[in-house]
Amino acid sequence: MSYMDMTLLRFTTAGSVDDGKSTLIGRLLYDTKSIFEDQYQALEETSQKRGDEDVDLALLTDGLKAEREQGITIDVAYRYFSTPKRKFIIADTPGHIQYTRNMVTGASTANLAIVLVDARNGVVEQTKRHSFIAALLGIPHIVVCVNKMDLVNYSEDAYTEIVEQYQEFGARLDVNDIRFIPISALKGDNVVDRSESMEWYDGPTLLYTLENLHIGSDNNLIDVRFPVQCVIRPQTESHPDYRGYGGRMAGGVLKKGDEVKVLPSGWTSKVKSIDTFQGEVEVAFPPMSVTVCLEDDIDISRGDMIVRPNNSPEASQRIDAMLCWFNENPLKVGGKYAVKHTSRDARCIIDTVQYKVDVNTLHRDQDDKTVGMNDIARVSFKSTLPLFADRYSRNRLTGSFILIDEGTNETVAAGMIL
Amino acid sequence: MELFENSLAPKKVSMDNYNMTHLDELESEAIYIIREVAAQFERPVLLFSGGKDSITVFHLARKAFWPGKIPFPLMHIDTEHNFPEAIIYRDNLARQFGVNMIVKSVQDSIDSGRVTEETGVNASRNFAQITTLLDAVEEGKFTACLGGARRDEEKARAKERFFSHRDDFGQWDPKNQRPELWNLFNGRHRIGEHFRVFPISNWTEMDVWQYLKKENIEIPSIYFTHEREVIERDGVILSKSPFLTLKPGESYQTRKVRYRTLGDMTCTGAVYSECYDFDDIIEEVSATRVTERGGRADDKRSETAMEDRKKEGYF
Repeated sequence: MSYMDMTLLRFTTAGSVDDGKSTLIGRLLYDTKSIFEDQYQALEETSQKRGDEDVDLALLTDGLKAEREQGITIDVAYRYFSTPKRKFIIADTPGHIQYTRNMVTGASTANLAIVLVDARNGVVEQTKRHSFIAALLGIPHIVVCVNKMDLVNYSEDAYTEIVEQYQEFGARLDVNDIRFIPISALKGDNVVDRSESMEWYDGPTLLYTLENLHIGSDNNLIDVRFPVQCVIRPQTESHPDYRGYGGRMAGGVLKKGDEVKVLPSGWTSKVKSIDTFQGEVEVAFPPMSVTVCLEDDIDISRGDMIVRPNNSPEASQRIDAMLCWFNENPLKVGGKYAVKHTSRDARCIIDTVQYKVDVNTLHRDQDDKTVGMNDIARVSFKSTLPLFADRYSRNRLTGSFILIDEGTNETVAAGMIL
Repeated sequence: MELFENSLAPKKVSMDNYNMTHLDELESEAIYIIREVAAQFERPVLLFSGGKDSITVFHLARKAFWPGKIPFPLMHIDTEHNFPEAIIYRDNLARQFGVNMIVKSVQDSIDSGRVTEETGVNASRNFAQITTLLDAVEEGKFTACLGGARRDEEKARAKERFFSHRDDFGQWDPKNQRPELWNLFNGRHRIGEHFRVFPISNWTEMDVWQYLKKENIEIPSIYFTHEREVIERDGVILSKSPFLTLKPGESYQTRKVRYRTLGDMTCTGAVYSECYDFDDIIEEVSATRVTERGGRADDKRSETAMEDRKKEGYF
């Protein structure tokens, strides 16, 4: 198979120091020959300096000085590897509760989440937290890896018990595709190669799952959503009257000749052409970046959205959403923030906090409404401009937004529209 | 009505067909980022080194605004320790595509006393160019500098954002980066602050080579095998140049080499390799066992050499 047929899969991993997450990533990179000799040498040297017995593959992902000194992962680290079938982007995030914001960040673009469970401990608080965040962020596929099977004598009973534990809890999550794989990241069982110690397991290995998972329908291909990023007007001799709208498809399949409606004006027109540097294309679908030209000359600018006349998102100034708070300064009810939604910028004022969610128990707390760093809460706000919003569960790109503190310019929250 | 028409259509397009290849998806992501920069920042600039990564970003920028022109200038921080092939390439590119290429010289910064030149056998202008770059950003009032850095290059870069904030001293604070979610990028900044933006963050070395081949993009000749006078020092193969001081016992040898990465002649190592076209390179990269920066003496100074330079304002 040639690299011209490879597809891209983004997945996230979450875990803490002890559950073998770094070992698993190290194993995937090492067994797919994605670690280079000089990287491995550097790891060996660092491990020796710290007096470790084995080469600590965790050092691969812990890139910052502070992380290496403290033996913790502070930030999302992105790692890459590929097989002849797929290129993979790993968003590797720390698993501690105080790093919920990193988990949320890593999960926002992922097609798949790997949740690690230590076979000796079963489903614990952290397992639930990771799974809940994966579900909240709308990751379509979860692979639960029951790790350290070597430490429970590769026992099928131990594995089955954990699968049942997880399924009981997982039924409360809104994820359609949950799979289970018994592995040992340390010994390499069922990661890249099939385990010889677990003949009772006849499912695929982790890498096989990652390589063959169907992701073509992870994007919304039903509702046409084209947020306009920029207007392209060359005004050159060769293109004196060209007027195109640059953007990236956020939903649906747009075809040449389609009737379209432009929000917020409501004007309708037809797609004259869908242009790229290589020439016209007949259709555009997510996540293609294209330039759309319309038959009629209508006033369109950044922040507008091109949709089909019979299928519009809700244009609303009142938004209900789940919010993940990222900042040391807590959310201010009645406070004003800048809001970024698709290519649209507005300001908003927070109306109410309905409840906070305990990420470990999924319990809804309606009494304590102080939303601080790493908290997840249901809120409602009013925006200065209508946002062309879909429910997040329908479309992750037109259903998401961020809030920005207008004083510090920091991104203080990520939101998912309900 | 529409549903009805679809069901009558002779051939229904399967949802499976709406898949992109990994290169198409990476390209689309990069174009999206570049357009965001043009939309969110008043004065962007594309940092151009003549290396394959910044050539790729330039090519993507052309695509992003086609059939319009790239709405911002390019800027080269010239250490004057460059490979002459890279400079020829740079000047040709500026002529061919009619782009505004700003050139800022590290020598000028040294002459004006803004920085002190390193001395000694391993002297390099790696740190010196930080000052030139930051001065140029300030002088040009640039609010966003597009660059070709990739996260797979180096461990500190693995933590880099697409939109990477720099304070008014040009410093990077890796522990206090803005979270980036979905495709929402926050480029808000105060006066004096700027952003570094890396549209090909998610590309690997292999992706870049595959893309250059797919798009048939011309690159400087020294990426391909040629004969050159070199010495080996600390495992790094260095080219003969006016800037290199030989240690006792060292002497130049003519070897067949090429470069996997382009930096200053004083610190960029060559590799012994026979690659005469993109296919050869792709084959070599897929078999190779050393990262492309493995040949960079500047990264070998210490384990956190890159992080330290980046905090100061390096590319």
